[in-house]
Amino acid sequence: MSELPLKTTPLNARHVERAARMVPFAGYEMPVQYEGVSAEHRWTRQSAGLFDVSHMGQARLLGEGSIETLEALTALDAGRLKLGRQSYALLLSEDGGILDDWMVSQPDENGFFLVVNAACKDQDFQIISENLKGSAQLEVLTERALLALQGPAAKTVMAEVCPAATELYFMDCGTFDLLGEKVIISRSGYTGEDGFEISISSTNAVKLWDVLLSHEAMKPVGLGARDSLRLEAGMPLYGHEMNETYAPFEAGLGFGVAKTRLERGDVRGQSRHVAQKAGQLERIRVGLKMLSGPPAREGAIILGADGEAIGIVTSGVPSPSLGVSIGMGYVPPAFAATGTALQVEVRGKAHPAEVVSLPFVTTPYHRKPKI
Amino acid sequence: MRFTKEHEWVRDQGDGTAFVGISAYAADALGDVVYVELPEGGRVVRQGEAFGVVESVKAASDVYAPIDLEIIEGNPELASDPEAVNAVPEAGAWFVRAKIMNASQLEALMDRDAYEDYLGTL
Repeated sequence: MSELPLKTTPLNARHVERAARMVPFAGYEMPVQYEGVSAEHRWTRQSAGLFDVSHMGQARLLGEGSIETLEALTALDAGRLKLGRQSYALLLSEDGGILDDWMVSQPDENGFFLVVNAACKDQDFQIISENLKGSAQLEVLTERALLALQGPAAKTVMAEVCPAATELYFMDCGTFDLLGEKVIISRSGYTGEDGFEISISSTNAVKLWDVLLSHEAMKPVGLGARDSLRLEAGMPLYGHEMNETYAPFEAGLGFGVAKTRLERGDVRGQSRHVAQKAGQLERIRVGLKMLSGPPAREGAIILGADGEAIGIVTSGVPSPSLGVSIGMGYVPPAFAATGTALQVEVRGKAHPAEVVSLPFVTTPYHRKPKI
Repeated sequence: MRFTKEHEWVRDQGDGTAFVGISAYAADALGDVVYVELPEGGRVVRQGEAFGVVESVKAASDVYAPIDLEIIEGNPELASDPEAVNAVPEAGAWFVRAKIMNASQLEALMDRDAYEDYLGTL
């Protein structure tokens, strides 16, 4: 059959009005940039950017058995996720490979709130539905938008829009009264900056977008800058740094595997995680910096100093904050130490690179101060 | 100044040499240019042959010779200042300086009015 029409988010008209460059992404028409990727990237680091990420999947998982459902499918210790907290989680295949990465939270007493990647949401919700335990129910939320407000000025803007939300610390979440409804707000994001993610009804999405953008500290930011921002923050992107052939520890995502779950011994792919955690790794995710030459991009071969192929680049971008080209990729552990000299092959020519530690930039999350 | 359908421009200096670059339309479409790969002096490129690469944040694009050229030099400024391509794509940021091998090829290219008409069809 002929190509299916692209889906749109509730903010689509606003992007089009601004003459944003729209591209297809995960079946949606999405803004890749407004005034320019680098400018939007820098604005987010210096002020505050507003992202429409309504293409992502949102759902509630509730009822008796929802903890067991989450624990059957992820390495999250779901029983320990407190009210008002959010956690990163990895959807795992039966052999412990990564099928997607999620945010799982308890913003209120109405069950878990899940945010999943747009490209994976149909698959993810299918998997959850087929693995519900007890009387757990999955409610896919279709009439909702998701906005991310990120940057040092995010809290200043939030103080005027929803002051109660500024009490949230990093990875806290809750429900708040905004524009006449209860919205879900978490203090988290995908940029390495302090910020908030707001789940709101489709009906009020445009109004919220307009209210937030009425602040001079805010500008809209597209998917292009979202990618360069997350890369600088050392964050993986599903489909690049992970896919079903990668398991959490080699992907540098061991924090997505709860120690208590491994101790219980009931995680999908248990023995694989135990082995990898103990250092039995064939490859490991590293940060890369190009020392000269063109940007390294996804798919570029990583060479050792002798020119032998040893790994692959999974993401790469010229870094607006650092002024050099950076990337992430996989190399054998022997090549993974910070400072290791490597080469990356671009258009048939090897260019010098080195391993750098992640993240590439400092990440000023608003963490609760330790007393 | 003459333009190609692939958005390169060529400026005949009147002394048998020409400057070549990309149009403002192309620079705008690319977004922020971060890297430019240029050929060495002495290389001969035929009309339509890729002689360089211009990279933006998201992707790399080939740049094609508008006419048969013998490269004299790639613009050394672009190595340290790729953003010049966005700032002054037609007035300043030339990619290569080259000997014109076949001047008659210039006449078949679009002048600015024709190029702007062409842009209107895209």
